[in-house]
Amino acid sequence: MSEGVPAERRLVLEDFLTAYAHCIDDDALEQWPDFFTDDGVYQIISREGHEHGHKIGVMLCRGQGMMRDRVRAMRQANIYEPQRYTHILSRPAFTNDGDVVAGRTNFHVVRTMEDGQSGLFATGCYVDEIVSGLEGPRLRCRKVVIDSRRIDTLLVVPL
Amino acid sequence: MPSQPTLTEPFHWPNEGLTRVPYRVFSDAEIYTLEQHRLFHGPVWHFLCLELDIPEPCDYRTTRVGGTPVIVSRDEDGAVHAMVNRCAHKGAIVCFKERGNAKTLSCVYHAWNYNLDGTLRGLAFRKGSRGEGGMGADFDVSKHRLEPLRVETICGLVFGTFSEAAPPLAEFLGPIMVGNIERSLGRPYHLLGYHSQILHNNWKLYAENVRDPYHATLLHTFYTTFKINRLDMEDGLLLSTCGRHSYSYAKRNAFARDDEYDESKVHSAQYDSRLEGPQLLDAWTEFDDGITHSIQSMFPSLTIHFTLNSLAVRFFVPRGVDETELHWMYLGYDDDTEAMTEMRTMQGNLTGAAGLVSLEDGCINEFVQRGTRNHPEARAFLEMGGDGVASSIGSRATETAIRGFWQGYREIMDFE
Repeated sequence: MSEGVPAERRLVLEDFLTAYAHCIDDDALEQWPDFFTDDGVYQIISREGHEHGHKIGVMLCRGQGMMRDRVRAMRQANIYEPQRYTHILSRPAFTNDGDVVAGRTNFHVVRTMEDGQSGLFATGCYVDEIVSGLEGPRLRCRKVVIDSRRIDTLLVVPL
Repeated sequence: MPSQPTLTEPFHWPNEGLTRVPYRVFSDAEIYTLEQHRLFHGPVWHFLCLELDIPEPCDYRTTRVGGTPVIVSRDEDGAVHAMVNRCAHKGAIVCFKERGNAKTLSCVYHAWNYNLDGTLRGLAFRKGSRGEGGMGADFDVSKHRLEPLRVETICGLVFGTFSEAAPPLAEFLGPIMVGNIERSLGRPYHLLGYHSQILHNNWKLYAENVRDPYHATLLHTFYTTFKINRLDMEDGLLLSTCGRHSYSYAKRNAFARDDEYDESKVHSAQYDSRLEGPQLLDAWTEFDDGITHSIQSMFPSLTIHFTLNSLAVRFFVPRGVDETELHWMYLGYDDDTEAMTEMRTMQGNLTGAAGLVSLEDGCINEFVQRGTRNHPEARAFLEMGGDGVASSIGSRATETAIRGFWQGYREIMDFE
């Protein structure tokens, strides 16, 4: 069901969301802010916090500058064990709302540590507002709503 | 609790005293069990929850004291009660949801029904059915109940203890702790957000970590990486008389005023930095005492921090000898303006499971756990700032608060 989004458009959006996941999984995080508009919002928040309208979740960036700061902190300042993610995405649902496409994609993120240990690190859904820019789709807002609100050890790589 | 377990291998604290900590205390399952008796059920006040977790009559929430499941409730008259979440019949947990609202608490297994203060109201088939079965004639409802805890509250923090020997809460905390709780939580506040994280380490390693200003600028390099100017900091560390609780603070002496906020008596901290999103550190001077960063740690497992304007209550609960759940509750005041709420919200990024400044604490204690777990006989060396337990003004290069924690731990655990 494309729910009001034409099939051709859906393919573009699906490729965009897949590329986002691959960007993180491939550790190309310097490109991660480019998936957002200049003033795009990125937030990781528990389902409970999302439903209660809490302001603070686990991570919040307003604008690409804060996202780049996050990546730079991760690369240069923060100490943590090397780790990689693998995103498993569901088929997204899209609805059209004027110039904005609202998207929802469920995910599993498996985290693998340097010693080879893998485990389900996060599960939940992306709640997106996607706009069309000159260079293709961009996230105006991505809320990462996690069911797994009890975070194992720490969260440093964005989901 | 009934009879205490004994240690198969006798335990003695090293002769050097508080400057040495045997690693055995972080990995010995028998010591962990003994802690449940002597410390978690001992003469200690334990943080249970915030009053705002149970704002209305008949609200309840579940929590834990050490390994013991606990219910905190507010009765119809508004009084707060705490009791073990374990049915007096067969031991099933009575409340299995994190929170709820109910006029009575009923065990789902056999419908034993309790008042919100934990006293037993009645039970199903007490008189039997069709004239057969049922409880004996001598069954006395008043002799069965959910095991109660003593409860006291201060500034919306609910504490409980199993021990009649625990002094009144204010005495347990002492005037320095009470004063700083009132400074942080002495006016109406609400929850801005909540999450928790699992630490793969013994709970006492985190208790040390929050009492350790020595590591702050060495492990946590966010501020220095982004050249955030903190050079004009003045530091201090105050200990309670008993040494168990600590309050560490940093003052930023000079704030540059920002005209935009001046009219509302709010001014930006104007941190110089190389941040591309500098609004992360938009802040205002909240208190006249000039303290911009503080961490207040109350024995055994409660911490209140103010990081710029970010106010949070943290508490950590053991889930086993080598696993701990750390809870983060971010707060704002009811009379905050929208701009203040936004600043507190952005600064929430500095701490927590994904904290730009402090996320390293999620793994550093696990590193200690891994390094020490198979070496119970080896010992930590804690002589930074001497060997005493005393307040320290002007330097963060001290482990005095950690020694204070161990002083309290040894007293309560009766470890000679």
